[in-house]
Amino acid sequence: MNWMLALPEIVLACCGLGILVFGVLRKQDSALICTMMTLGAFLIAGLLVLTGLPGIGYHGQFVSDSFSGFNKLLLLSGAALTAILSLDWNRQAGIARFEFPVLMLFAVVGMMVMTSASNLMTLYVGLELQSLALYVLAAFARDDLRSSEAGLKYFVLGGLASGLLLYGVSLVYGFSGTMDFHELRTLLAQPGNASPGVIVGVVFVLVGLAFKISAVPFHMWTPDVYEGAPTPVTVFFATAPKVAAMALMLRVMATTFGPLLASWQSLIVIVSIASMLLGAFAAIGQTNIKRLMAYSSIGHMGYALVGLAVGSPEGIRGVLVYMVIYVFMTAGTFGCIMAMRRKGQPVENISDLSGLGSNDPGLAMALAVFMFSLAGIPLMSGFFAKLYIFLAAVQGGLWTLAVVGVLTSVVGAFYYIRIIKIMYFDAPVEAFDRRPPALSFVVAATGLFTAFFFLFPAPVVDAAQLAAGAIFR
Amino acid sequence: MIPTILFYLFAAVLIVSAAMVVSARNPVHSVLFLILAFFNAAALFLIAGAEFLAMILVIVYVGAVAVLFLFVVMMLDVDFAQLRGGFQRYLPVGAAVGVVLFVELAAVLGGWKLAPDTKALRMSPMPDGMTNTEALGRILYTDYVLLFQIAGLVLLVAMIGAIVLTLRDRQTSRHQSIRVQTERTVAETLEMMSVGIGVGVKETGILRPKPPEIKEEAHAPAEHHHGH
Repeated sequence: MNWMLALPEIVLACCGLGILVFGVLRKQDSALICTMMTLGAFLIAGLLVLTGLPGIGYHGQFVSDSFSGFNKLLLLSGAALTAILSLDWNRQAGIARFEFPVLMLFAVVGMMVMTSASNLMTLYVGLELQSLALYVLAAFARDDLRSSEAGLKYFVLGGLASGLLLYGVSLVYGFSGTMDFHELRTLLAQPGNASPGVIVGVVFVLVGLAFKISAVPFHMWTPDVYEGAPTPVTVFFATAPKVAAMALMLRVMATTFGPLLASWQSLIVIVSIASMLLGAFAAIGQTNIKRLMAYSSIGHMGYALVGLAVGSPEGIRGVLVYMVIYVFMTAGTFGCIMAMRRKGQPVENISDLSGLGSNDPGLAMALAVFMFSLAGIPLMSGFFAKLYIFLAAVQGGLWTLAVVGVLTSVVGAFYYIRIIKIMYFDAPVEAFDRRPPALSFVVAATGLFTAFFFLFPAPVVDAAQLAAGAIFR
Repeated sequence: MIPTILFYLFAAVLIVSAAMVVSARNPVHSVLFLILAFFNAAALFLIAGAEFLAMILVIVYVGAVAVLFLFVVMMLDVDFAQLRGGFQRYLPVGAAVGVVLFVELAAVLGGWKLAPDTKALRMSPMPDGMTNTEALGRILYTDYVLLFQIAGLVLLVAMIGAIVLTLRDRQTSRHQSIRVQTERTVAETLEMMSVGIGVGVKETGILRPKPPEIKEEAHAPAEHHHGH
């Protein structure tokens, strides 16, 4: 048994235990130093992922390949950006406690297990480890009523989704006799083995995973949780868990249940179209920018699902490229949102951005770049994300999805560009507080990536190509 | 011969104590009978050769669950007489549900077909050359060690979460501060009094340190609900 395959997870979990003990034994405030140690642990885990060897281990329950490596690096960078952003915010909000980075770290361990799952049981325990840590993080500002409400809502609905997923897993196991991804795939390749029980099970698994990526019609928790949770937690929700759940969905659907493509393709198409439509239309009336970003993320998940609906390596490659670009532009946008602070109090209304263009040209420029990118305006990274997805859809013959996608992008562009209009053309209001340097750093880094992605798309696209090829082997 | 006698002995005690669990008037007696029932069931497992299940039954059910029951029964002020009220009134409905359930179970069990190799499997419940504890241990700690450890992490996260969300430093709680203790002088801790003969210390009172001042934003101390 090759236990070295899970070395990044093992090392990360041991680091988490060490940081936990350190934080408990050190009596004084240790949030800053624990966050730094967590960032170090993420870095070590990232290096181990880069140098890790591919293979299947732990009796077929755990797989390490270029697909899992790609997603692990992406979610580690999303988590690291979140950790940096959380530092100043947590201190100012009075929730700077060492448990925050520790919970984040264990959530990341769960996500890494999810991306490496090669068995339905591994899938479930990874998902549960991730979700449980996220429930606690959503309620982390425990004296804030909205945060507690967000945590409780997410917990109840998430528990329901886990139950549905588990029910689907039990059906698949009961009707096929195995939980191993490879065995399932070879079994289902013979048409006689795809009994209705298995297909019902697959649909339940799909529902559970669609909840985690907040695709319509399982999106109801998203706006409330995004708005209520402390903003660093919202950044975390919008980046790393989405990557992990999407990776899991790609692996389970496209490869394990790939032979049943004809059965689930229409479901993904419906979910995708509904997500794109809701993301485009429901966001128009929002006044709170965190809620707006929630609907925006629902829409983006709809676009990403287009690639899954195609079910081909090109489609998977499109999804992976999309997730890379999505993580960086979302983290950057939330960095800008966290800079919205007056007299020490955070403000969240879109109208508070009035005249930012003259008050703080740097921040306004960055936010404009992110908005253009989210809208999919050419030369920004968001354009290329959509390009690869729609290209795969057209190649796969799914014209409807491509057409709906382009049309909803146009609708979505309205509210993204409205924010730019408010920043540059409305009468200036009181300026925001000075930005913390860590926040400026994250915004600048992600902004440069978003703006200049078109100069160097090859490394990301090639890595995504390699990763997409790995799961079809 | 002896196992058969023991089986009937334990089975009889089990059934009697199980009946006493539901019929005893005093809830504490019910829980004690429940513990007795668990012990007898564990003995039955031992006779069947499933020593791991027997130990787990004693450790988990008697050690944790039954004691928890006992705590609940003794700590909470549940009026069992009130819970039992209306027994006559609800009897017909309850009996009807019971009959339906029984018929359904009978229908399921009547149509039950055993797989042909069930009998052979039943005769050899454990792999050759090892006890069933060892066999289970191999599955849990060798085949599924990764999942077992991740499940452990899930429990750890649940524990951290419970502490993060609920633990508060209460303003009224008295912590030991060694610095304060060692810096106290005799003058502020000791008071010399002359107690008259035959008066006793009752009237002079006992000196206690004053409780720390409660800050304004601190929550009012929770009311304590003690049982009677």
